[in-house]
Amino acid sequence: MAGTRWLTVGVPYLWLLLFFAVPFLIVLKISLAEAQIAMPPFTELLHWSGEKLSLTLNLANYHFLFTDPLYFSAYLNSLRIAFNATLICLLVAYPMAWVIARMPPGRRLVFLMLIILPSWTSFLIRIYAWIGILKNEGLLNEALRALGLIDAPLQILHTEVALYIGIVYAYLPFMLLPLYANLVKLDDRLLEAATDLGARPHQVFLHVILPLSRGGILAGCMLVFIPAVGEFVIPELLGGPGNLMIGKVLWQEFFNNRDWPVASAVAIVMLLLLIVPIMLLQRYQARELEAR
Amino acid sequence: MKSPAGTSLLPRLMLWLGLSFLYAPMVILVVYSFNESRLVTVWAGFSTRWYTELMQDQQMMSAAGRSLTIAFLSASVATVLGTMAGIVMARWKAFRGRTLFSGLITAPLVMPDVIIGLSLLLLFVSLSRWIGWPETRGMLTIWIAHVTFCTAYVAVVVSSRLRDFDRSLEEAAMDLGANRVRTFLAITLPLISPALVAGWLLAFTLSLDDLVIASFVSGPASTTLPM
Repeated sequence: MAGTRWLTVGVPYLWLLLFFAVPFLIVLKISLAEAQIAMPPFTELLHWSGEKLSLTLNLANYHFLFTDPLYFSAYLNSLRIAFNATLICLLVAYPMAWVIARMPPGRRLVFLMLIILPSWTSFLIRIYAWIGILKNEGLLNEALRALGLIDAPLQILHTEVALYIGIVYAYLPFMLLPLYANLVKLDDRLLEAATDLGARPHQVFLHVILPLSRGGILAGCMLVFIPAVGEFVIPELLGGPGNLMIGKVLWQEFFNNRDWPVASAVAIVMLLLLIVPIMLLQRYQARELEAR
Repeated sequence: MKSPAGTSLLPRLMLWLGLSFLYAPMVILVVYSFNESRLVTVWAGFSTRWYTELMQDQQMMSAAGRSLTIAFLSASVATVLGTMAGIVMARWKAFRGRTLFSGLITAPLVMPDVIIGLSLLLLFVSLSRWIGWPETRGMLTIWIAHVTFCTAYVAVVVSSRLRDFDRSLEEAAMDLGANRVRTFLAITLPLISPALVAGWLLAFTLSLDDLVIASFVSGPASTTLPM
């Protein structure tokens, strides 16, 4: 039986190592190369000339990232926008998850399906629908004008507001599901005990519900924050020229400037910024998966 | 309300507001797909003209075909790999490299698309220089990329199902003389099949929807539908 056991762990392990872990080493390697006009557009790190093997590490790409204010502000912008969007998601999703968790089991499933269902249609098309709603002659502005609330259309599309709407819209289910999974396990008797001991509803929330749902909050926040930092499609379509995010910078370096080494360095620095949140999520996930 | 801190008005209002927020773009899409006018914001009467045009657009239809093929193949392989990984995660308490393994399962769930896309592309470029494979980037490389990130999702779904699973059923089967493989096929697999279906559907949707990763790892002749 040792054979099947070995296969069960070996096959997925090897696949993920080869196609998920090894690529990062290659990104690291190329981030230390120099750009050149050739195919592929970067130099080799190791040179073999005569009997001398020489290793050339080019740190200029990183130096460039830290001296050019464009990159610094793009990183800062991404972290700020991802942080705010995560906070909004949490504030919106928490009450929703709470109400669903308190429903009778049959209705819970219906509402969970309602939350997940939109994610099963094309993400890109839903973002385009938001453009239709938010643009100057879009549905929202037309509706506000018809109601006589505004005279001139509000500029919403290509502003930070639209960017937040897009990110919160896309990631809300990722916040809601872990919160729900956590809140649904909450023992009613604890709430009753707190109330019997004289706690007011807001005290019950602050001292009992909130601390007990810490795990779900952490997981939800990481599931939103980490991908939001590197988000490319939403800032591209809904955000404005002022909201440069790092995912878009990477894309432009790679596809427009064709500077693969700088794009790799951008990716490595982004990864370093995300390593702490990823570790937090992994520890939570490992605990969840092992708990019995 | 059955509990002391039962759901009060404000959270319930939030639920309905949140749901309308999630469904607003969907409703608009469905309504306007039947619009006679080309403009999204102008209503010019009911029409199925765009559906007919869609069906006649050769390029669009072949992209749709490719998307479905890749999504089907990625979801199927990711379900097999993800199930294996999920069993390992839920059942094996300790083995060498376990921390790395669980990291490999968790990280793809959250890793920004641009990083996965870039790193896989650079892997394929390097591989083709060292060992001459893959010769071109296309459906095969998109498939590999999709299997990789879908496996992680399936693994999480399957292992959370295995967690709530009554192990005494497996023990009973083994006591009655079934070996490991037989027990797995006759008991474990049927019991976790809802998770397999859910994992497969999730993987299928994720693959169908992916734009960023496919843009990085595809070659010129393999455009999928989201592009």
